Amino acid sequence: MNILTLIFWTSLLGAAVIFCLKPDAQRSIKRVAATTGLICLFLSLVAFLGYDLRMGGMQFLLKRPWIPQLGISLHVGADGISLPLVLLTGFILYTGVLISYNVNDRPKEFFCLFLILVTGVFGVFVSMDLFLLFVFYELAVLPMYLLIGVWGSTRKEYGAMKLTLYLLVGSALVFIGMLALYFASGLNTFDLIALSQVDFPLPFQKTVFPLLFIGFAVLGGLWPLHTWSPVGHVAAPTSVSMLHAGVLMKLGAYSCFRVAVMLLPEGARFWLPAIAVLATVNIVYGAMVAMVQRDFKFVIGYSSVSHMGFVLLGLASMDTVGVSGAVLQMFSHGIMTGLFFAIVGRMVYDRTHTRDLEELGGLSKPLPFAGFAFIMGGLASMGLPGLSGFIAELQILIGVWNRYPLLAALTGLGIVVTAAYILRVLHKVFYGQMSTKIHHFEPITPLEKLAGIILIVNLVLIGLFPSVMVTMIYVSVAPLIRGLFG
Amino acid sequence: MDFPILSLMHLFPLLAGLCYLFLPSDNKPLLRWGAFGITLIPFLFSFSLLKHFNSQNPGFQFVEKMPWIPAIRVEYFLGVDGLSLTMVFLTTLLVPLAVLASFSIEKNIKTYMFLFLLLETGTLGVFLALNFFHFFLFWEMGLIPMFFLIKIWGSEDRDAAAFKFFLYTLFGSVMMLLAFQVLFLATKTFDFTELVILSRSGLLKVSLLFWAKRVGLPFTPEVMTTIAFFLISVAFAIKVPIWPFHTWLPDAHTQAPTAGSMILAGLLLKMGVYGFLRISLPLFPDVVRTFAPFLAILALASILFGAFAAMAQTDLKRMIAYSSVNHMGYCMLGIFAVSASGGLEAKASALNGVLLQMFNHGITSAALFFMVGVLYDRAHTRDLSRFGGLRKIMPIFAGLMGISAFSSLGLPGLNGFVSEFLIFRGSFSLMTPLTLLATIGLLVTAIYLLSMLQLLFHGPLGEYASFSDVTGREIAVAAPLIFFMFFVGIHPSPLIELTNEAVVHLLKVFS
Repeated sequence: MNILTLIFWTSLLGAAVIFCLKPDAQRSIKRVAATTGLICLFLSLVAFLGYDLRMGGMQFLLKRPWIPQLGISLHVGADGISLPLVLLTGFILYTGVLISYNVNDRPKEFFCLFLILVTGVFGVFVSMDLFLLFVFYELAVLPMYLLIGVWGSTRKEYGAMKLTLYLLVGSALVFIGMLALYFASGLNTFDLIALSQVDFPLPFQKTVFPLLFIGFAVLGGLWPLHTWSPVGHVAAPTSVSMLHAGVLMKLGAYSCFRVAVMLLPEGARFWLPAIAVLATVNIVYGAMVAMVQRDFKFVIGYSSVSHMGFVLLGLASMDTVGVSGAVLQMFSHGIMTGLFFAIVGRMVYDRTHTRDLEELGGLSKPLPFAGFAFIMGGLASMGLPGLSGFIAELQILIGVWNRYPLLAALTGLGIVVTAAYILRVLHKVFYGQMSTKIHHFEPITPLEKLAGIILIVNLVLIGLFPSVMVTMIYVSVAPLIRGLFG
Repeated sequence: MDFPILSLMHLFPLLAGLCYLFLPSDNKPLLRWGAFGITLIPFLFSFSLLKHFNSQNPGFQFVEKMPWIPAIRVEYFLGVDGLSLTMVFLTTLLVPLAVLASFSIEKNIKTYMFLFLLLETGTLGVFLALNFFHFFLFWEMGLIPMFFLIKIWGSEDRDAAAFKFFLYTLFGSVMMLLAFQVLFLATKTFDFTELVILSRSGLLKVSLLFWAKRVGLPFTPEVMTTIAFFLISVAFAIKVPIWPFHTWLPDAHTQAPTAGSMILAGLLLKMGVYGFLRISLPLFPDVVRTFAPFLAILALASILFGAFAAMAQTDLKRMIAYSSVNHMGYCMLGIFAVSASGGLEAKASALNGVLLQMFNHGITSAALFFMVGVLYDRAHTRDLSRFGGLRKIMPIFAGLMGISAFSSLGLPGLNGFVSEFLIFRGSFSLMTPLTLLATIGLLVTAIYLLSMLQLLFHGPLGEYASFSDVTGREIAVAAPLIFFMFFVGIHPSPLIELTNEAVVHLLKVFS
């Protein structure tokens, strides 16, 4: 059996098993969820390590007809761009389940939806058929509404509604673009590989590219369409924020590249400089807004906006090193922000019941592990060398300097402001004094520690030995970029 | 040489530190002596380096090189030459002393000592790395432990000081990073040795010009190299620090714990000067030459403002901190003077003086900060006006402090005199008016150090009559430092021999 399909069938199966369990069988529900997560993580690791670097290109291919009349097929495959993201999803899925072990409100529905959402995410990253990709994409977006609306906090209905509406508008744009591609190609196929060989006329590319790119980029958090993201993150329950900022935003950026840029390279060449400007605004503006937040979770939410700016900027660089950096940044930021949300939501908020930076303080004493984890994530976020963020941003900037030197110089400002807000939060939350009189904190549980350590190990490992991942990404990106932009 | 002595030496504190974290937290003597023991190992390694180093060879020795991230041509590349060897020795000497000086720390000893071990790996990494990626990794790595040392173990205003220190330094680092990205794009290498070769053959400018043309920047190669030079140098200028980038330093020093100040003044400031010598000067000799008069004026400002500001302080630690600005100013004056036109002999004198001054200031400032710490441990104040007559009750301390102060003000026979003499001897013929003005700094330094000694040790005994004299451990920290003050002051030639070949080699860029 194909390992890629096995991954998403496993998580779907996990959802089905949970669906069949009794609602009050909390322990078995959580065990099934954790086991599913672990198996998916293991399978994605197998796929990641099983990729043949010398062969390159798409591997683990499988193609079965689905709706042959419309040229829709179950076509999956993965290359060095998808596999790091599949692996990332595996890590976030498993650690997310570990972090949400304390969900006691309707756990059955929660974990069921959670796993369906993850199925959609895995599906998008391995789809080689545009229609299939779209189906999985929607599958990943819609459960989010319920997860936030039911299990969320802080204006959850508003956050859920805003998020869903924004993403649906994006989907609508994508849907139009998708149909346009289908009819314009005249091949009666949604197959991405077949479509990528079609030479669409230039005016068509120029019109359809923004539909597809912007449609997906809404999910990627592109400024000024990012406003759903911090609100949604804040409203979402912890593991959903982890999944959402960690993986779902990457879904948007990934699809931008896989669909919009790869199918319409001439349109990309025309529009990407403008996109690059917006992405730079993401970086600088996101960091500055994060600097002035009072809510701990909003800081992290805006930091995601800022870091996703690096991803989009890298994609817009149309350069092998830059795009490789963007892919690595997706992995790195996914891990880092997953860690951040685990700290904010589970380790801090569930214990202090406040996220107000003015009220929090001195937590490094009662919760030293949370402090340590925040420091590691924060250092990665500032892009300090030795951690994964540095090597990703370095590659992105190397790519960007070649195309947009002015924007590359501007990102320097974003990096400095990032350091400032991380230090600010570190000081406000983990040092100083707690204003409310909470004397007893439940210590960090072993499961939470395990989740934190898995994520931190990733940050350090990729930071010190980036070649583990960079080589694979590079091998896949280089021929694509050469083919697209010469 | 097959034995990877440099890797072992610089990674040992980190690796041993990771094991150190598993020691029991409540066994204080074990934690203290354990950390001290770990830091002694690199010291032994650096002795072996001194022994096997060939001072006639101006190139890099004990080189280790292997691929690291092939996609962006990053290599693991270590080596040592005359410019870095004395700094490596200084690092391995000061860190054990700083650890020994920290035995009075009671709060969270394990983390504290671990941060020092991290700091040692970071500092050694900066002095040994020959690839920008590698260099930058450890450059930033030195920043983090120091931030936490100030933030957790500092005194009253530690939070603001730590924040300021981190952000200033990070700002410089980001500028440097951006510049090196451009250099990489133009030359396709992060390798310092390759970049120097490109610079000497003029290819660096050509490739920068090609790159600017390709991306559509309307800059001439001169403008490109000037921008690159200033972006890179701002990182070093903040670290040194050169006036007007020095404002983080008095705060950081004042708030840092004693051993933190010893390392900060003794080693971290040297990383800035070292950066100028290793990167700015050999890569952009033309830019340095063009801007030398302007830069030398900044160095002069550091010397004079540093000295005058020190004279105005009533806080003992702030005074020593400003005196660091002053002393590092001499280093920078020497560096910028050698780019002026003049004889090779004068230049070699100035540059050897700079390297020796780096070593000397490391020894002397560490000693002074330690002495201030000894006093603070007893009095819990650094206010100069509250002391007096301490010579009667602390005679040994008075002696140690006196020697350190005299070394700092440049008394012949002690180390400071030799290096400052060499710098002035060189720069006098290269930049006469500035050098003459800089001598005012010497005078002011003498005034404030002598009045400090007078306030502390003479006059009627103040409110602190019950002080005990220095303990055996405190003497053990001070003794090696005092030894080197006399050793370099009386017999400086072994150190100058180590640096001379590398200095002459470096100076070829200006001929």
